[in-house]
Amino acid sequence: MKSSVIIFPGSNCDRDMDVALKKFGFKNQMVWHNDADIPKSDLIVLPGGFSYGDYLRCGSIAGKSKIIKSVIDFANSGGLVLGICNGFQILTETGLLPGILQQNKYLNFICKNVFVKIKNKENKYFKNIKKEILELHIAHNEGNYFCSKDELKSIEDNNQIAVTYCDQKGDDNEENNPNGALKNIAGIFNKDKNILGMMPHPERMIDPFLSGEDGSLFFENLIGSL
Amino acid sequence: MVEVNEKIAIEHGLKKDEYKKICDLLKRTPNITELGIFSAMWNEHCSYKSSRLHLKKLHTKGKQVIQGPGENAGVVDIDDDDAIVFKIESHNHPSFIEPYQGAATGVGGIMRDVFTMGARPIANLNSIHFGSPKHEKTRNLLRGVVKGIGGYGNCIGVPTIAGQTCFDESYNGNILVNAMTLGLVNKNKIFYSKAAGINKPVIYVGSKTGRDGIHGASMASAIFDEKIEEKKPTVQVGDPFTEKLLLEACLELMAGKSIISIQDMGAAGLTSSSIEMASKGDLGIEIDLTKVPCREENMTPYEIMLSESQERMLIVLEEGRENEAQKIFEKWNLDFAVIGKTTDSKNIELFFKKEKVAEIPIDFLAENAPMYDRKWIKTKLPKENKYSKNQFKSLKLIDCLKKILIEPNVADKEWIWSQYDHTVMGDTIQKPGGNAGVVRVHNTNKAVAASVDSSATYCYAHPLTGGKQIVCESWRNMISVGAKPIAITNCLNFGNPEKEKNMGEFVECVEGITEASKYLNYPVVSGNVSFYNETKDKGIKPTPSIGGIGLLSNYKNMMTMELKKEGNYLIVIGKTEGHLDQSTFSRVILSEFNGPPPEINLFNEKQNGMIVLNLNKLNLIEACHDVSLGGILTAVTKMSINGKKGVKLFTIENLVNKFEYFFGEDQGRYIIEIKPENLEKVESLLKKDSIHYDKLGLVESNYISYGNDLKISIDQIKQGYKNWLKEYMVN
Repeated sequence: MKSSVIIFPGSNCDRDMDVALKKFGFKNQMVWHNDADIPKSDLIVLPGGFSYGDYLRCGSIAGKSKIIKSVIDFANSGGLVLGICNGFQILTETGLLPGILQQNKYLNFICKNVFVKIKNKENKYFKNIKKEILELHIAHNEGNYFCSKDELKSIEDNNQIAVTYCDQKGDDNEENNPNGALKNIAGIFNKDKNILGMMPHPERMIDPFLSGEDGSLFFENLIGSL
Repeated sequence: MVEVNEKIAIEHGLKKDEYKKICDLLKRTPNITELGIFSAMWNEHCSYKSSRLHLKKLHTKGKQVIQGPGENAGVVDIDDDDAIVFKIESHNHPSFIEPYQGAATGVGGIMRDVFTMGARPIANLNSIHFGSPKHEKTRNLLRGVVKGIGGYGNCIGVPTIAGQTCFDESYNGNILVNAMTLGLVNKNKIFYSKAAGINKPVIYVGSKTGRDGIHGASMASAIFDEKIEEKKPTVQVGDPFTEKLLLEACLELMAGKSIISIQDMGAAGLTSSSIEMASKGDLGIEIDLTKVPCREENMTPYEIMLSESQERMLIVLEEGRENEAQKIFEKWNLDFAVIGKTTDSKNIELFFKKEKVAEIPIDFLAENAPMYDRKWIKTKLPKENKYSKNQFKSLKLIDCLKKILIEPNVADKEWIWSQYDHTVMGDTIQKPGGNAGVVRVHNTNKAVAASVDSSATYCYAHPLTGGKQIVCESWRNMISVGAKPIAITNCLNFGNPEKEKNMGEFVECVEGITEASKYLNYPVVSGNVSFYNETKDKGIKPTPSIGGIGLLSNYKNMMTMELKKEGNYLIVIGKTEGHLDQSTFSRVILSEFNGPPPEINLFNEKQNGMIVLNLNKLNLIEACHDVSLGGILTAVTKMSINGKKGVKLFTIENLVNKFEYFFGEDQGRYIIEIKPENLEKVESLLKKDSIHYDKLGLVESNYISYGNDLKISIDQIKQGYKNWLKEYMVN
């Protein structure tokens, strides 16, 4: 299985993602933002970081970068596109995913472990994961998901909510919402479920010596379902 | 052009006799650009004129040392071909004036020092000191500094793995922000600042030069007064995005063979970087200032030379490699300009619009910089307090413990470190909040531990003992995670060196640091000095911060402090004599602020540390924590809270009373958790080496208890400890 990680100037989780993808068997290649084409891939990943310094708005300049047209074409032809953290922000800026990511409710950067509930398993990202609740890790300043009422209705009607913040038992109420995200949304799909954007970083949870191992479940499933 | 005279020289922070020396050396009056250069090179921050004499005494050698003080950062060997480049640096004065930018550029500056040497930064740490929580400025300063540190480090993508935060009213008018970075480098590919060869191109890369930070280094060499707000324009503004690009571009260029020497433009910008490179190479340097990329129009040579704009580097290249280098910097969208060349004149010669605007022999600026043997006085060891039984009579263990756990210096600091990305790069195996932060050496079985420590209270009471104590505390933090201590970096924050008491504190702290680091083979390889931390005649307590690093040859042997399993035993290694003077207990519970700090016994310190490392090597330890502020009971409570388990404490078989035993701050002690089946073996090993130890208690499910004197659930006791800072910040 071939994957490509796009490096924007200011990306800083590109290496971590490369390490994770390779650990679980992907043949990964790194692609520079100024290239026009992406090599043949089964999966494209937009990694975390601060693309173009996140100036103007998080992800906005990356959303207009040279490489992004190829990403959009790939996604529109049904290819799998995964955006983590800043990658999620970029996907909303391109319009591939609905809604926006605002500054966290309490205005602070948050770096900690969180639990998320998988809301939809009928897709390649979560299909064969046995658990319902994953322990993942967040590290962001702008992860407060928001969209209009109409968009939310459409997202819910199409089962586009991928994961929501919750507690260990799966309770996804306001108390377990770290950043003020609408409906505790931590990640969403597009209508066809080939594009996933999420704030938590599975690539930081792939080893018992790190913050946890539930990220491994995510990547194992992903390579298995391709 | 401004006419230079004595008055203008004094406005530049030079002393009368220093100005006279400049005129004598040059045999003429300097022009304004030259005066600016002298003032930048001869101020305390760059010249170390009050400290140099004493810094020479530091213990800086060891088998593990590849590069000691004098370079951009220190370098130590961590086996195979790997080396760690690390340093700590202060950014105190700017952070008080403008906390966000001051702290952010402090982090940026120290990271540049590290990647200048060819190392990829792998961890950041910081030591920050604020005034009393009751002081009106403290909350905003703390918020700004934390946001600044996070804003910069998070964006670059280097994890902030540990740190230290202190509060004391002596910092009301002068906060301390000390930032530390560790980088990983192949030991055969280290880059130095020493230029070599003549007619080599001198390259400017990074951001453009603006008017920000002009005279920043001079400001950092002066005391504050009422006009401090006017100094805001001297604070630099950081751009972490550009720094990230600069980091990647420099590392890409360093992979080739075109660089002869490289130096970041930190304090005193282009002035100190160009002079340092030439001085170390015993060369001259010629710069055409017209070629320096400028952000603002009509900048004068004076402004260009003294700007402290951030994210800039100066590089001496091999001839003919300019195109190769330029391509890399253009790829990363960074400015690149050939601005001069090395010469054999041994002078710095500056040109602007085809005119020579300055010419100074380099050795006037570096070697001939003033050096002072300032007067200082010794601090006598204070008399011990005699505590009467009556003082303890009405006290209850539980009340004391609760009060100590919400003492600002003891209380949990998660509010701070949860705002720092501590997991990026995927190798953080011990997060902030433990004994030390630990990161793996990527793709190996090795890991590096790091911590920062200071103990201003002890240093203030008796600088010599305090100096020793911090080195020992740092050493203990390394041991407590199972790392072999390797070396330290020090950030020496003091008051006004022109005052004999302050100078004495400096001299004796340095002596203490030297004595301990020599005995423990824990050499100082880098650091900096920050004097003049004084506002309106009030100086800070002497605050050397020690950043230590240690090596785990197999990261799987790492120890953590949280309690692991019910039924395990707890043992205290090291002798408890119940030293209360200068302890948190004395200050918080007894309101006693005098007396000597706990004594340091280097022999015991080393013995106790080595046995803990040995026991860990034999896989006999389940958890480990060193005993520091708040003594044994505070340490055990933190282990309990982190492990979500209780402890049943045994009746103490000791001559001291329970308050002295549980809250005394005797040094050289560790609490370790042992499986019952290993207890006998551990005890026999301890006895064999004649190590003093006490059996402290048993790990239980929910409660911390001591006979009928104390019983409290973990959920209850953790409330104040976990919430103090959070609540303080929202109120």
